[in-house]
Amino acid sequence: MIFKTVKAAVLGAGLALAFSGAAQAEKVLRVGNDGVVQSMDPAFVSTVQTSRLLDDMTLGLLTYGQNGEPIAGAAESWTISDDGKTYTFTLRDHVWSDGTPVTAEDFVYAWRRLLAPETGAEYASLLYIIKGAEDVNTGKAGPDGLAAEAVDAKTLKVELTAPAPYFLAQLTHQTAYPVPKHVVEKLGRDWIKPENIVVNGAYKLVSWTPNVEATLVKNDKFYDAANVAIDKVIYYPMEDRTAIQKRFRAGEIEVGRDIASEQIDWLRENMADSLRIAPYAGIYYYVFRSDKEPFTDARLRVALSMAINREVITDKVLRTGELPAYSFVPPGTGNYGEPEYASFMGMPYGEAVTKAKALLAEAGYGPDNPLKITLSYNTSENHKRIAVAVQAMWKAIGVQAELFNTDGKIHYANLKQGEFQVARAGWIADYNDAQNFLFLMESKSGPINYSKFNNEQFDGLMAEAEGVSDLKQRAKILGQAERIAMDGQPVAPIYYYVSKQLISPKVVGWVDNAPDRHPTRFLDLKQ
Amino acid sequence: MLSYILRRLVTVVPTLFVVITVAFFMMRLAPGGPFDSDRALPPEIEKNIKASYDLDKPLVQQYLIYLGRVLKGDFGPSLKIRDFSVNELILEGAPASMQLGLSAIVLAVVFGVSLGTVAALRQNSGIDFSVMSISMIGIAIPNFVMAPLLSLVIGVYLDLLPTSGWGGGAFQYKILPVIALALPQIAYVARLTRGSMVEVLNSNFVRTARAKGLRERLVVVRHSLKAGMMPVVSYLGPATAAVMTGSVVIETIFGVPGIGTYFVNAALNRDYPLVMGVIIVYAVLIMLLNLAVDLAYAVLDPKVRYS
Repeated sequence: MIFKTVKAAVLGAGLALAFSGAAQAEKVLRVGNDGVVQSMDPAFVSTVQTSRLLDDMTLGLLTYGQNGEPIAGAAESWTISDDGKTYTFTLRDHVWSDGTPVTAEDFVYAWRRLLAPETGAEYASLLYIIKGAEDVNTGKAGPDGLAAEAVDAKTLKVELTAPAPYFLAQLTHQTAYPVPKHVVEKLGRDWIKPENIVVNGAYKLVSWTPNVEATLVKNDKFYDAANVAIDKVIYYPMEDRTAIQKRFRAGEIEVGRDIASEQIDWLRENMADSLRIAPYAGIYYYVFRSDKEPFTDARLRVALSMAINREVITDKVLRTGELPAYSFVPPGTGNYGEPEYASFMGMPYGEAVTKAKALLAEAGYGPDNPLKITLSYNTSENHKRIAVAVQAMWKAIGVQAELFNTDGKIHYANLKQGEFQVARAGWIADYNDAQNFLFLMESKSGPINYSKFNNEQFDGLMAEAEGVSDLKQRAKILGQAERIAMDGQPVAPIYYYVSKQLISPKVVGWVDNAPDRHPTRFLDLKQ
Repeated sequence: MLSYILRRLVTVVPTLFVVITVAFFMMRLAPGGPFDSDRALPPEIEKNIKASYDLDKPLVQQYLIYLGRVLKGDFGPSLKIRDFSVNELILEGAPASMQLGLSAIVLAVVFGVSLGTVAALRQNSGIDFSVMSISMIGIAIPNFVMAPLLSLVIGVYLDLLPTSGWGGGAFQYKILPVIALALPQIAYVARLTRGSMVEVLNSNFVRTARAKGLRERLVVVRHSLKAGMMPVVSYLGPATAAVMTGSVVIETIFGVPGIGTYFVNAALNRDYPLVMGVIIVYAVLIMLLNLAVDLAYAVLDPKVRYS
């Protein structure tokens, strides 16, 4: 009897809660995020999935707009010196979520902290464009060595090593985010715990259980809070794409950040109004180890790249809207014009095969002396399907490729150490600029130049572009660099990425864009 | 009995030491490191990160540092989920895994033993064949087929229960994962019970019991079942440890916040401290449950005595 009464009371209370919630019509956006959240601290974030939460919580000097473009964030305005190397930002009058004003010092402090060697920040090199940053990060200079100065509470002066037109776009990246100095100094690493965290963005973390959810609620102290419609965002980490799809179908989430690609036909047929496929600033490519036999010979690289029928891969193997790639920089990338395409773009495939065979023969390979190579890829159903298709395409020109599959960690360790001949790789831009793609083939880029491409002319052009502040001129020089890369093919671009997600028709304001950034502050929900 | 338990508990320490040592060095033998990703880090940055986790020190020194920490009950920081320590992650995840695991084992014992006994009593009848065929299917269908199927049919088509998620631990969120986890266990226990019961029911002491005119219910429950449970109990020890530490398949598919996913993901991510943490938890559980199994023998089998 007692139990019954208690049960009834609990039920009643639950119902009352449910109704009071309905009366206030709290708008809750539930997001199926396709990966675990690593950290709420900008210094320790290196995955896109994590940066989505940070974008909601933190306002960089510049921030992502509704279309994924950089717009004024914590900085209200800025001036750039004539040589393009000195930026002076004027901060917007705004406060942290505890009411303390955001000052220029919060930025200087955050950057020095991220660059301090003992912090161990993975993405520190993104700030190297700031004068002195590399020295601070490598311990050659103290924190004062960084050329970022809080002139007064509202003015921040930053000196760059070169007139980098992408600097403004780069400020949208989490590495350039501020941290609340007054809180971090007091609490250390614990400042990001939900009970302590202080933010300057539209949303504030209220609870976080790894593997379960992270809940953000609207920050009333946000400068533009009046225009923020959604009250609460819940991010569910979901590694399983099929689970994302099921929860979406069951109406348990409004946004699914990835789809199960193998079910694309079903999705197209049954959920066309929710399926969003849009170009995404990234490139899927194969890399040739260009400093080791046999791929020191550019003819072989070109022949192999030419023999890849990209249209078959995108239209028959993947079938999820990816576009065949003949350039390394995807079309539409910022501060760039039309990319420089490989010479064999548009060539009928039959002709490409004949030409590829001729190139192989020129390099001394033929039916009696076939080229034997190993193609490495990391574990993934799609990587495997593409590798098998490419293997068959290469067989048609008489190349015997052996497939070598390892898990991601081993694959990337091998790439870094140069333990491969041809390998699968991919790159998603950190900021929207052609340089952020092309630098992957610069010899000074070290381990991330997987190909070990070492072309003086290419390096020279990249260095030259760095010193040019005129955008048109710079784009032209970068184009010349890409021309060299596409002629020499240290990398064989295969397809340009697309973002694939499920967005409920109830979600208003979701604009497909190449950086694939959709801050919740610009979204709304139809009731 | 008590001295036996104490003696067994004392052996836990050296065993654990061996487990930790072997796991530590084997983990490090695996190629690839925690900070290898699609973005190769500049060497100086990699150096900074490694230094911040003591990973730049010689391996033996790292091992000693780790042992020292473990002795203090500190499993170290997670290298992947950087805001949490391994202790926090395990404490946060273990309750969910253990709840599901224990529920699944209880279901396995209740249903598995009942079905197995019924099948043994009606040996070679229609009931026997149906129970055994169904349990064969239960064992043969892997979790990664059963779990999505349950979630699709019951969660999406029939819309009776949530497809996945945890809902703060609400009851309806636990039903599907528990069923998915329990089904193969029920099937296995049913087969084990049937096999051993058939044997026991034909043994001499049961024939004696029947001959002296005991009622069939007593023959089954008091005499046969007790003896017939031996293989089931041996199976339940390690099985309980396995399901209580979570299943990566079930947890991933149903979005359960347990520690099962850490076994696989942490190993793939080379999150050394987290892998070590779950291994230690698993090892301790196995040892304790094996002890429990041995004690259960003494209860079930009058021939077994510990002194």
